[in-house]
Amino acid sequence: MHALLGENGAGKTTLMRIAYGLEIPDRGEIEVGSESRTASRERLASPREARALGIGMVHQHFTSIPAFTVAENVALAAGWRETGRRAMSRAREVIDRLGLPLDPGAVTRDLSVQLRQRLEIVQALAAEARVLLLDEPTAVLAPPEVAELVNVIRRFAAQGGAVVLITHKLREVALVADRVTVLRDGRVALTGSVGAFDPRALSAAMIGDDPALAETRRVSDTAEHEPRISIAPADQEPIVLRAGEIVGVAAVEGNGQRELLRAIAGVDSSPPGLSLTVSGSVAFIPEDRTTEALIGEFTLVENQALGHLDRLPRWLDWGAIARDADAVIRDHDVRTTGSAVAAATLSGGNQQKFVLGRALGRDPEIVIAENPTRGLDIRATGAVHGRLREAAGRGACVLVHSSDLDEVIALADRLLVMHAGVLQELPRVASRSAIGDAMLGLSREPR
Amino acid sequence: MDLELLIAFGAATVRVATPLALAALGEAISERGGVLNLGIEGSMLAGALGAAIGAIAGGPWAGVALGMAAGMSAAMVLALAAVVGRADQIISGTAVTLGAIGLTGMIAQQAFGTAGAGLAVPTLAPVGVPLLEQVPVLGPIVFRQSPLTYLTVALVPVVAWLLFRTRFGLELRAAGEAPLGAAAAGVRVRMVRSLGVLAGGALAGIGGASLVLAQVGTFTERMTAGRGFIAIAIVVLGRWHPVGALLAALLFGAATALQFLFQASGITVVPYQVLLALPYLLALAVLATAVGRARAPAALARNE
Amino acid sequence: MTTVAMPRAAPLGGLARTVIAFGLGLLALVLFLAVAGFDVAASLEALWRGAFGSRYAILSATLVRAVPLLILGLAFALGARAGGLNIGMEGQFAAGAIAATWVGVSVAGAPAAMALPATLLAGVIAGALWMAVPVLLRARFGVTEVISTLLLNFVAEAAVSWAVSGPLQESARTYPQSDPIALAARLPRLLPTERIHLGLVVALLLAIGMAVFFHRTRAGFALKAAGAAPEAARIVGRVRITPVVVLALLGSGALAGLGGAVEVSGVSHALYQRLSPGYGFTAIAVALLGRLRPGAIVIAALLFGALEAGAGAMQRDAGVPAVAVMVVQAVVLLAMVMGTRESR
Repeated sequence: MHALLGENGAGKTTLMRIAYGLEIPDRGEIEVGSESRTASRERLASPREARALGIGMVHQHFTSIPAFTVAENVALAAGWRETGRRAMSRAREVIDRLGLPLDPGAVTRDLSVQLRQRLEIVQALAAEARVLLLDEPTAVLAPPEVAELVNVIRRFAAQGGAVVLITHKLREVALVADRVTVLRDGRVALTGSVGAFDPRALSAAMIGDDPALAETRRVSDTAEHEPRISIAPADQEPIVLRAGEIVGVAAVEGNGQRELLRAIAGVDSSPPGLSLTVSGSVAFIPEDRTTEALIGEFTLVENQALGHLDRLPRWLDWGAIARDADAVIRDHDVRTTGSAVAAATLSGGNQQKFVLGRALGRDPEIVIAENPTRGLDIRATGAVHGRLREAAGRGACVLVHSSDLDEVIALADRLLVMHAGVLQELPRVASRSAIGDAMLGLSREPR
Repeated sequence: MDLELLIAFGAATVRVATPLALAALGEAISERGGVLNLGIEGSMLAGALGAAIGAIAGGPWAGVALGMAAGMSAAMVLALAAVVGRADQIISGTAVTLGAIGLTGMIAQQAFGTAGAGLAVPTLAPVGVPLLEQVPVLGPIVFRQSPLTYLTVALVPVVAWLLFRTRFGLELRAAGEAPLGAAAAGVRVRMVRSLGVLAGGALAGIGGASLVLAQVGTFTERMTAGRGFIAIAIVVLGRWHPVGALLAALLFGAATALQFLFQASGITVVPYQVLLALPYLLALAVLATAVGRARAPAALARNE
Repeated sequence: MTTVAMPRAAPLGGLARTVIAFGLGLLALVLFLAVAGFDVAASLEALWRGAFGSRYAILSATLVRAVPLLILGLAFALGARAGGLNIGMEGQFAAGAIAATWVGVSVAGAPAAMALPATLLAGVIAGALWMAVPVLLRARFGVTEVISTLLLNFVAEAAVSWAVSGPLQESARTYPQSDPIALAARLPRLLPTERIHLGLVVALLLAIGMAVFFHRTRAGFALKAAGAAPEAARIVGRVRITPVVVLALLGSGALAGLGGAVEVSGVSHALYQRLSPGYGFTAIAVALLGRLRPGAIVIAALLFGALEAGAGAMQRDAGVPAVAVMVVQAVVLLAMVMGTRESR
């Protein structure tokens, strides 16, 4: 079992997509070997070919078709010619063989996140795969679900399968892997047996000479500060968020945190059963910067106008807007050739810096951020974290959700956990396992 | 209403529904693959002209073959632009239809001169099904039709089998639901989408051919008059299923055949233009009520 | 207002694409003329003569046809910029023409200062109402306006046919056409001996107005944002998408209706069947060739106006059916959307 480590953008996913025939390498060679056959070629033409060579892949995002039944998805991914009832029974055989219970007749869109993840694995293994590539399969899972996944992988490896696990979580490496390779900027920074390296060496190899994420938390007493957000579930006393604090929301995808944050941001209507009081101006940093925060084909100046549209006069003064955009670019170190270029031409990190700068430029009293560092490299992540802390330092109430629990823990002064639409506050000193249990609704006493 | 009139109305319904059903079957294949094909109107028109030319040169069945080929060529343009070239499907489809009007107009002018409606095309006369045509009422309505009508009915299970019982159908539907997911599973999305569009164009071409060979008997400029667009509404009403498409086409056939019924019976309670507009109004009503219930392929009209 | 020009990225490709697209369209026409066996030289000669060959060709044919194409092209751009595709301008044009004829015939005796605006306004209202149906279907039931507007084109055709053989038929009851509208309801000619009329000025003012709206106003910017990226416009720009798209599509219908009214008031002076030789579709090519920008749409409308004018001459003098120029439209449409991201 081989762990492939690296920061976002290090080239892990690209490498695996090449190995699965989804991307064409500029140069190099792919060798696939097993007891019965070996193959060596410059590139794999398609996932079909990879599948024929016994390679299966679990992608970072779900690839199963929501409208299809489980059996149809398995048939599609495994390349079966059978359809209908015969595919159904063949899928049932595979599911039984793998010991991953799923109803082959169920419609995929009705499955829970955990079952969909299970389906992804069944899909990858259905075509008698000998090599399994896993691209951050734990991103959407809570700790106990991760444990189940690890068991599956172990069993597969024990039966003679080879596994490549992409991750950027050091703990997972120690947990499951035999060997490890660290990628940085598309090159191998380190490779060898897991036992040979301590976590610090792996971390140094991933991040290079950059300073590690500052773990320093601002410790301040905000209990007396002005209340900004009050979230009151029907039968509980309200949770009050105050000026000057960073509040982290930990939750497994699909537990209502997105709806909550967007309701507080005033973008969507409030989820039923929650009464929200928001006092102060709000800046919202949505999760998907390319479709929700920026218009790629618009210039930065136009995007600046977009971000402040509700405050602009009826007749637009493009000169003033351009000056604002230039100020954001200057103050937030956005690397660009100017404000007249299309937003799409910027790198992800610079886009996010612009989005953040634009939002903070209003001096908002409340900042809501969803996964603000998704897809960013370590430097950009550090910059974003720094800006959020600064905003809190200036007295803003910052509410952040990240799917990465470590990021939530690193950033937050206070910790909220959301499960199945129910919000609870955990003490800041709570252990990872306690947080994990709360994320899955396993803890008995909320407070 | 007397029985004879009812039978005439029923037979006209089936006759008029045939080209609509063929085009709708084609559009259903195309849309299952995620391509909203507004060029289906162009494919029908091309098929109509191809049928006229083919039938004059080599008899009605040569007309069917050439009509199918012409419908496919129009669809090929759409496949190249909207699937391979990833251009906007709506605009590409509009372009195909406009181009087909222009080209068929030019070719018809050269092939037939100004004869236009006076042109006599060898047609596919109705053929009775032995025994069944003797059944009272139903016999003359359903079993004394053009061979193309029987072909249409036979194509319904074939298309259903293609979509739901073959590997190609599975891949096509995957491409129409989630192209990225399909690609990750090894589906050559552009390839299967293109094949879907081409198959759709072939059926629409036969539909245009049936308009000429089994209904009108001649070719005129713009003679399809929006039947391809009605086929798109039929697909929605038929919930993207071949059987549904056939039934929905019959409904539209009936709405159109009302004109004949009113004319024949001499009823003039409404201006005949209301009857002209009826199929289109019906299509609108259908869209309003059917869209909420049925679910379109998730990636319809999207290239990604 | 400031003098700083708005910096912008080119969303639909540059001017080069426009030139190439039109060139390819003409090339395709020549090719197909040759393949179909027409006399290419004679056809092109007739085309040129009909479009630019004389003072009459320019001032009484090309420009006259450019007017409805310009108004309809702007109509399409207004919808498309907001993310709505109005494929039903042919229908709204007809609705506007019916309403304008009805008012234009009825206002006999009224002063021009009232009769003319009333006639044009009737077209605007009728176009918007005709568009209200697809808009309602989209907002209420999620029916795409693409198909509903298309279907309404055929309903409008039936409506014109009914109007000219029923309520609006000429007093003589001979031909399927209306009585001529009152003199006061007619757009005056710009030159006494040529057919070009005040509608040209109306259309150009509309183009300027739309350019200012798009470039200088918050509402215009919100509309473009809603069309370019509805989620970003809603979430970051706090734009309420549905009302914006509804208004843009209604505006598109209103403009297309105005196009019909201008045609009746300025050119035909009466209602006929097939008043529009497909302007509603040609204008889609006009709008896209102009990359949905009002200024460029003016140029595109002139080009296609010339083509329409030339098509008539080509049919008369070279025996080429007028629909042949639709090949140019088709190629222009394809060339404008090929290889770009989706234009919506």
